[in-house]
Amino acid sequence: MSTATLEPRVQAPRNYLNADYGWKSWLFTQDHKRIALLYLVSVTFFFLIGGSFAVMMRIHLTEPQGALVQPETYNKLFTLHGVVMIFFFLIPSIPAVLGNFLVPLMVGARDLAFPKLNLLSWYIYIVGGMFTLYSAIAGGVDTGWTFYTPYSSTYSNTQVTAVAIGVFITGFSSILTGLNFIVTIHKMRAPGLTWFRMPLFLWAMYATSLIMVLGTPVLAITIFLLALEHLFHVGIFSPALGGDPLLFQHLFWFYSHPAVYIMILPAMGVVSEIIACFSRKRIFGYSIVAFSSVAIAVLGFLVWGHHMFVTGQSVYAGLIFSLLSFLVAIPSAIKVFNWTATLYKGSISYEAPMLYAMGFIGLFTMGGLTGLFLASLATDVHLNGTYFIVAHFHYIMVGGAVMGYLGGIHFWWPKISGRKYPDMWAGIAAVIIFIGFNLTFFPQFILGYLGMPRRYAFYPAEFQVLNVMSSAGATVLGVGYLIPLIYLIWSMRYGPIAEPNPWGATGLEWKTPSPPPTENFTEIPVVTEEAYAYGPEEAHGD
Amino acid sequence: MQSLPFQPVQASSIAKSVDELYLFLTVVTLFFTALIFSVIFYFMIRYRRRSPDERPKPIEGNVPLEVLWTAVPTLIVAVIFVWSSMLYFKNAEAPKGSMEIFITGKQWMWKVEHPEGQREINEVHVPVGRPVKLTMTSEDVIHDFFVPAFRVKKDVLPGRYTSLWFTATKVGTYHLFCAQYCGAFHAGMTGSIIVQEPSEYERWLAGGAAGESMEQAGEKVFQSSGCSTCHTPDGTGLGPSLLGVYGQPVKLVGGETVTADDAYIRESILLPKAKIVLGYTPIMPTFQGQLTEEQLTNVIAYIRALGKSQPKQKEEGKQ
Amino acid sequence: MTDAELHAEKGMAHQFEDLDQQHEADALGIWVFLITEIMFFGGLFAAYAIYRWLYFAAFDGGSHVLDIRLGAANTIVLLGSSLTMALSVRSAQTGNRRATVMFLIATMILGGIFLGVKAYEYDQKFVEHVVPSLDWGPEGETLARLAPGGVQHAEIYFIFYFAMTGLHAIHMIIGMGLLLWLVLKARKDSFTPHYFAPVEVVGLYWHFVDIVWIFLFPLLYLIGGRY
Repeated sequence: MSTATLEPRVQAPRNYLNADYGWKSWLFTQDHKRIALLYLVSVTFFFLIGGSFAVMMRIHLTEPQGALVQPETYNKLFTLHGVVMIFFFLIPSIPAVLGNFLVPLMVGARDLAFPKLNLLSWYIYIVGGMFTLYSAIAGGVDTGWTFYTPYSSTYSNTQVTAVAIGVFITGFSSILTGLNFIVTIHKMRAPGLTWFRMPLFLWAMYATSLIMVLGTPVLAITIFLLALEHLFHVGIFSPALGGDPLLFQHLFWFYSHPAVYIMILPAMGVVSEIIACFSRKRIFGYSIVAFSSVAIAVLGFLVWGHHMFVTGQSVYAGLIFSLLSFLVAIPSAIKVFNWTATLYKGSISYEAPMLYAMGFIGLFTMGGLTGLFLASLATDVHLNGTYFIVAHFHYIMVGGAVMGYLGGIHFWWPKISGRKYPDMWAGIAAVIIFIGFNLTFFPQFILGYLGMPRRYAFYPAEFQVLNVMSSAGATVLGVGYLIPLIYLIWSMRYGPIAEPNPWGATGLEWKTPSPPPTENFTEIPVVTEEAYAYGPEEAHGD
Repeated sequence: MQSLPFQPVQASSIAKSVDELYLFLTVVTLFFTALIFSVIFYFMIRYRRRSPDERPKPIEGNVPLEVLWTAVPTLIVAVIFVWSSMLYFKNAEAPKGSMEIFITGKQWMWKVEHPEGQREINEVHVPVGRPVKLTMTSEDVIHDFFVPAFRVKKDVLPGRYTSLWFTATKVGTYHLFCAQYCGAFHAGMTGSIIVQEPSEYERWLAGGAAGESMEQAGEKVFQSSGCSTCHTPDGTGLGPSLLGVYGQPVKLVGGETVTADDAYIRESILLPKAKIVLGYTPIMPTFQGQLTEEQLTNVIAYIRALGKSQPKQKEEGKQ
Repeated sequence: MTDAELHAEKGMAHQFEDLDQQHEADALGIWVFLITEIMFFGGLFAAYAIYRWLYFAAFDGGSHVLDIRLGAANTIVLLGSSLTMALSVRSAQTGNRRATVMFLIATMILGGIFLGVKAYEYDQKFVEHVVPSLDWGPEGETLARLAPGGVQHAEIYFIFYFAMTGLHAIHMIIGMGLLLWLVLKARKDSFTPHYFAPVEVVGLYWHFVDIVWIFLFPLLYLIGGRY
């Protein structure tokens, strides 16, 4: 999409979109809302790239011997699919797009604490993305997104260094975004907005930012050591040179497991907002839901070893990591129950964002419960490294995080663009995505249990039926993802003008015009009530 | 639905118990998924918005309910954790007296060596009903030895040994997969586990046994690499005698004691200066890069045999 | 006070309500940043700890190839620079522009000395052929020192030596750039007793980089007891 289409045609009141024109006003903007749109365009771009890799993979796997490409190419496809989707789509998606747009609006501030830093983090992200795209064009990389050593450091002769630099650089974008959010939420809340009056989206952003700030630097140093070893052939992780190949996995998962929560916690925040709004109820057990976000963030740092149950690590280490992994399940389960209970005696309407949120709960429940199979030592031994893992994390990251992201985009689209989209189409897309998703990934659970290892470019013929089913489902899913792209772009020009608060939602972001003016609020708001005051009398707070 | 096999063959002694746990987990998953889905559907219909200005009363929470739905998942995961961990611990160690097979992973094939000297590639012949312990290492990158029918899997790492065991319970041919991505032809690093009746297995062993046993091969390496010049049997050489050492505690310079197991012997060959036996000087050169993984396992097999051949030492000592 | 009045105040960014809020945000921001730095170096220190434990003899040998006098001298230089940095923050706080600039320049000079000594040390490593991969092949006395722990593992020690001191040096260079920026800003009289956050923030960064060195010095130079 070009920036031109984002500008409303007519003489709308001054807002952040029509405040200034021309590419400079976008590329040098310090307005968090414009930066959010820069991110929106760029993560959509990377989503389409990552998605096209997925399409090729699914076509390839319709035949046991591989229908499309050589095994080497297939290996590059799944590697780039993983790298692009995780580091350039999922991690920045909700925080950098919706978080950037909403955190200052929700805390009632004119901008984030450090607007220049915010713009810088977008540029860092783009530079990292360029390195990754360069690596794809210059021959690709075939290590898997996990970069396991010593394969990645010593044996692979693909573009490992370029991708490593790309991921390393992008990490700093994530760190700076997290830093900005933490400071903004701590120091820039509007008068009266106490911690326990904050919308749960802010709690989720806060927990996510903690992970970004604490985890990402460890990934950065790990990738740095990997690149050193790859470039100079020195022994850090390569046993032939005296290194320890498992050390890489420890360091890598110390970040990359919490990174899963970077993807899912924001989605949980989005879903809390949507459910509260469309059932006109305060989230059931607000403080429990808020604390469970932080609990998940903290526990998330202690469970990395469950990725390594079959590496030959000590059985006692396995025991502890298994126990801790089970503990993460509890706050997640509580959240699901609380969302469900919020609906009780509510006044529920079924606009598109609500459908996405319900889809999120369903898919996240399945993804979370199948996580129990993998936290459990005896079953993980069988399922580790198979398609069961692939299905499980897609349920969490695609079923969960992407559903949450799309739900959030639909929920705040009137605020972001000042326009409404056709709700019927949005509802249809939500249903198609839900069905397509299950058709694609449910068969993979069975495939994994039957023993099909992941990352196989060709496979024994007995697995073909389920693979074809999965590929067929992917077609439905792909169509589902394209529909919103079409009507959302359409709505920017032709959609009906949105009022400031089309859903009748609470929250400071709805108390300012759609789209908001550059300074967000004409006057800094004062908060006098709890979050989600949807109840009978509007002002039941103090 | 009959044509879709939803369960892999159970062909090992542990497969059934793993499947029982898997089934329990599946039931838990389906139950809670169904519960959440139906409650959501019910609420969405029962409490659908009837007029645009409805303002439902807020519900802050409900302590007994919240305690309940914290306690129930906690209890369920506790059951799963205990069940699963007990199963895992029970099967963590190979039973005493397991027959041993040595596996070397390499891009992109499995090299298999039986103690009697039979070698095979991408095929592992094993007798039914006997515990088999695999000692595994890799020549290059990390691989993973995965037999779905046995519900066993273990990474195969370069530079160290990992092990895995199973007792096959059903005659037949089963998939062997590499389950850790290892490069271009990762998908081709597959093979078969061929489970035979013991008598048939004996026949197979006898039939292919043209070569020497691992122990004999190891002894040759031991001689030709010059190990035997220092490690003389009577202990008068520059290095300690290796008779009866295997499986026994060894006193080190610095007062520590280690057990002379596969890992220690491997380290002593590749990094001789890492742990020095008390009373000896660190003069042994490293054999890193000079011995292949197979030669190494052969030498270890030889040293292990030396350990058994010494009547003065206690006879057990295998771990 | 109206917004306009507030925004007219010197050094105040538009998104803040008042200078106090801005100051608090700046301070929290730099502390959060330093936490990420701790995690960054933490990963490296963890890897170092594992290899030092695995190959102690090699690390001991490698450590003895370093020149402890240069390391110690640099430690003193850096500690001195922390003092001048602190004095500079104090001067900014009291509104003493001359002293602020002077102490900033002193800090830069000390930082420059540190980097100079470091560059000399790096050069020495090429002379001794103990630069992993690029120029590896210790001979004579150096080899004799490294041999007991295994030359191959000594190479791992030197990888960590270069990775750790190299990353530290990069942080120093960035710090020097920030100091230069402060000097230019201070000369234009940009700071007031109410607004000196940039000096304070860069000061905290500089102290952090010093502290990293305080850890690096014993970890790299003092293995196995030198004196």
